[in-house]
This record gives sequence, structure tokens and C-alpha cells, in this order.
Amino acid sequence: MNKILEAKNINKFFHDPVRIQVLADLTFSINKGEFVSLTGKSGCGKSTLLYVLSTMDTDYEGTLFIDGEEMPKKNEAFLAKIRNEKIGFVFQFHYLLNEFNVLENVMLPGLKLNKYSREEVEHRAMEKLKILGIEQLALKKSNHISGGEKQRVAIARALINDPHIIMGDEPTGNLDKKNSDLVFDIFNKLSDEFNQTLLIVTHDPSFAERTHRIIHMEDGKILP
Amino acid sequence: MRNKLLVSIAKSLLLARWKQTLVAAVGVTFSITMFITLLSFMSGLNDLLDGLILNRTAHVRIYNDIKPNKNQPINSNAAYKNAHNFIGSIKSDASRQAIYNSAAIMETIKKDTRVLGLSPKVTAQVFFNDGSIDITGSIFGINSTEESKLYHFDEYVTAGNSADLDNVSNGIILGKGLADKLLVGIGDAVQITTSKGDRFQLKVVGTFQSGIKDFDNVQSYASINTVQKILSVPKDYITSIQVKLKDITQAPKVAKEYEQLFQTDAEDIQTANSQFETGSSIRTLISYSVGITLLIVAGFGIYNILNMMIFEKMDSIAILKATGFSGNDVKRVFIYIAISIGFFGGIVGLLFGFGLSATIDQIPFNTASLPTIKTYPINYNPKFYMIGIVFSLITTYLAGWFPARKASKIDPVVIIRGK
Repeated sequence: MNKILEAKNINKFFHDPVRIQVLADLTFSINKGEFVSLTGKSGCGKSTLLYVLSTMDTDYEGTLFIDGEEMPKKNEAFLAKIRNEKIGFVFQFHYLLNEFNVLENVMLPGLKLNKYSREEVEHRAMEKLKILGIEQLALKKSNHISGGEKQRVAIARALINDPHIIMGDEPTGNLDKKNSDLVFDIFNKLSDEFNQTLLIVTHDPSFAERTHRIIHMEDGKILP
Repeated sequence: MRNKLLVSIAKSLLLARWKQTLVAAVGVTFSITMFITLLSFMSGLNDLLDGLILNRTAHVRIYNDIKPNKNQPINSNAAYKNAHNFIGSIKSDASRQAIYNSAAIMETIKKDTRVLGLSPKVTAQVFFNDGSIDITGSIFGINSTEESKLYHFDEYVTAGNSADLDNVSNGIILGKGLADKLLVGIGDAVQITTSKGDRFQLKVVGTFQSGIKDFDNVQSYASINTVQKILSVPKDYITSIQVKLKDITQAPKVAKEYEQLFQTDAEDIQTANSQFETGSSIRTLISYSVGITLLIVAGFGIYNILNMMIFEKMDSIAILKATGFSGNDVKRVFIYIAISIGFFGGIVGLLFGFGLSATIDQIPFNTASLPTIKTYPINYNPKFYMIGIVFSLITTYLAGWFPARKASKIDPVVIIRGK
């Protein structure tokens, strides 16, 4: 199997106010096409692990491979490029830019990647919106749509560069039951139809149960 | 492409907060406007004041000074060759005031490539007779065409025509103050007595106002021929040669050279009028420092507004960084914002500055001592506009740099997890 993401002996400490180990020697990998959920109680370190895996947090010990490539800890510009190209993010909060409309929000990472022309990026963004069933919102200002719709726009933005993996930090945490199910169905569809790899942090057991694989964490360790 | 994207992000952020942006830009506009106006006005004034003296003064003046002979007989005595001599009561020698071999000197100077032009001058001390009163004064014999060309003589002739000095025989142009004392106007005759006691009658063809009242009370101009006639001296009698150079800064060097070459005295304009240069440079310094202070204040305004914007846009910066924009990209976005405020504020400032200077240029400014000046003087030197825009870009860049660096250092994890 093709390993998209591999973590070897990841340790992380918080130094302030006292030295506490939050991640204890974690080693695991995620294969292409897997839909993985990362669960555990509050404070068990699941979000911390996600941010280490996302390359945004570089204050850890151990090695991280994305797509077989070892991630350096110092080169900020290189890591930004990796995030742009290979990782899509969905957070609890949507983080859309109010200055832009929905379509432009989705296009931003694509324009940053600078692999396709503006017209092509626009076309691809429209396709992603269609997959998520919100193409009619394309030209609306991003602060003029509902919360569920915003989260779907954020998913479209995560998809724009065809990332190797989508990482989600409680993407349904702020949504009601109906919208949560909708988001789950979207993730499921991406996994089934597009063989998209997903790693989602959640504390919603009903969400976790329906994924392919559950990584359960407690006190900075992965439970077998 | 990459830059275009950053520019478009910068533009959206700017337009989203257009009121703040406007306030920042108005700050820059105001300071650039004042900077341009202040410098144009100050330097116009400088030019005017300098022009009062400097334009009318030769860059190098060649003359024979009245002074004791340097080679006293005792110096030639071989017995005292290595001794120091103290000689009391030396008298200035009676050597003639005229420049020896003036025609040849003038020929040589004319051939010098550094020289713009020269005009010979003959000075005569006379008494103007008005009934029983004698007024001391001097008559300068000049070549009116050369004098007008090099020293703007015609600009100061407020009544009559400077060319009439050559056209009318025995014509004289009196200082305004002198003419008023003598109660004469154009066409009237004035009686003069030379220091040797000869009497002459001259015809007034005009009056002049130099801007310096003391001059106008004692001076007058006639043609060289007329003055030579008054002094009953030959045609080659010239008391000074006024040389104007192409580059005024060369004057001290040229003066020294001529002194050696022609064995006469030569004085440069810097030595003769050092106080003017000091005044000008201090006035310029003051205008620049006021202008730059204004710009720095505007810079702080921009700094504040950008800091506020970064605080408000924390989330946007975090998500930009999460989705692949590097710290450098974020920094650039904010620097673009700052620079565009500086650029557009600055351009408008230049236009307003030009407008305000042009307005000041229209305000009447009449003073008896400056007959040629009708409105406030303004110097429209493009250099000020260049400096203005460059300064506005530099200050806004610096004002933007610190907030931009702060934005580039924002850790997206802290922002996103903090929600």
C-alpha cells in the first residue's frame, strides 16, 4: 500500500509553565484512500498531533514523512509549499475571507499553487463546488451564506489543489445534526468516489464509527 | 502571477477598510503637499534674496586694490635677506587704479572656456550738484548690453531704457533715491563735479531700483565712454573687469589663477558674499527638516492603521498561511498595502503641492525695494517633486515593514487552536 503520511517516534512537549509531554513516541502511518478518524478525550493531544502532522507546528521530536518525503523543521517557505500542494485543511471554524466571494475563496490556494491558468483554476473551483452541491453560491459574498454552507465552501477550498490528504480539526464541531451528516456524507463520497485520503479529528463517536479506521488516543499515546 | 495574486489580496484588504486607508493616504497627501509647497516657496525666496546680490555680482572681479607695495626696498637688500623687517608708517603706493593692459587681459579671459562672459567697468567718484547742495555719489561706466545679458541690469531699470546709455550721448541712469533727492526725471539734466574739479552736464535717460536702498541713493550708471570722458582718461582705462563663469563653484580657483596670471587683484563671489550662502543653506535645511517631520508623522499614522488591520485580519492571515502562503508572502501583502498608500497619497500630494504653490505664486507681493517682483516667488524645481515622492515611498515602506513583519510571524496554529 502507498503510504501518504508516516510518523516515526513523534514526541512533543509543552514547556510553559512546566515541561509536560503531550505526544509520547507516536509511530503510525496512513495509506492512500483511507478515511481515518482521530478520537480521544479533550486534552489527549489529538489536535496537537494533527497540527504536527499538518507541518504548521514544527516544535516536535521525531520524523514526519508526507508522500515519502521527510519534512524539514526549519524551512518555513518549503513547508508552506507542501501545505499548499499536498494538504487540504478543514477547521472547526470556516476561515473564509470576507473580502472575497465564495468562488474566489475556493480559488485562492489554487492561484497560489500557480500550476494552472486563472481560467482553469476558476473552472476547477466550479467543479469542486458542484461536487459539494453549492455551485449556485459561487458569486455570493462569503459572509452572506449560512454556517453549513460556509463549511462546505471550506471543504471545496481544501480540495482545490487535489491534495494527497485532507486534514480536518473537528469540522462538524460547530454544525447541527443535519449539517454534520451532510459534511460526513461529503467526506464519505470523496473517499468512495475519488479515493481521497482523509484524517479527521473528532470527538463525535457516531462520526468516528462510520469511518474506515479509528485512531484512538489517550494521554498522548495511541491505544491499540 | 504570484505577485499578481498578492497584489489582488492587498487590494481587497485595502478596499475592505477604505475609510482607514483614506485617512492614512490623506496624512501622506497632506505632508507631501506641505513639503512641496514649503520647499518651492522657501527656495523661491532664497533665489530671490540671492538674486538681489548674487545675480548682480561678478563671479570673479579683477581690479587693482589700493594697498602698500609688497616689495619694499629693504627686502631687496642682500644684507637683511634672512631677517624680518618691521617698517612703520608705510603708505599705500600711488599706482594707478586702472588695470594695466586691460584689452589684452579681456581678450585672454574671453578665450577661457569656463567663462560665460565679462563686462568691463569704470568707476568714477563724483558730486551731484543740486543748487547749493553737493551729493556724493559714484558713476559706473558700463557696457549696457553686456551688463544686461550677464547681470540683468535691464530688470532693475524701472523707468527709461537701459540701451539708451549707448544711444544718447552723455546719458545717465540714476538710482531712484538719488533721482528723488535731485528732483529730476527722464529728459532732465544733472550737473556733476569730478574729484578733480571738472564740471559736466549729463542727461537722465532712466532710473533704477536695485532693491537695496543704500545703493539707489548713491549710484548711477553711464556708458564707459561717458565715464572715461568725465575722468579725462584714455579709452583703455578700465578699473575692473566683471567675469561671469559657467559654474559659480569654480570662482575661487579661477580668481586665484587670474591673480597669478595678470598680476592684479581678483576676488571671487564666495569670499565677497559668504553670508548669502550660509543663509540659503540654513533656510533649505529648515524646510527639509519640517517636510521630513511631517512625513514621519504620516508614517506613524500608516503604522498604526496597518497594525490595526493586522489585528483585525488575524484569522485571514492564519488561513492564508495554513493553505500555503509563506510568511514572506504575507509580509509582501502588507508592504504592498503600505506602499500603495504612500504612492497614491504621494501622487495626490504632489498635485496638491503644485496647486498650492501655483496659488501662492498668484498672491500679490509688492515691495518698493523689489521692483521686478509682483507676486510671491515660487521655485518649481522638479527635484522637489522627485524628492517628495521618493520620501513618501520610503517612509511608507518603513512604516509598513514592521507591521508586515509582525504579520509574517503570526503562528496559524495559535490562532486556529485559540478559537
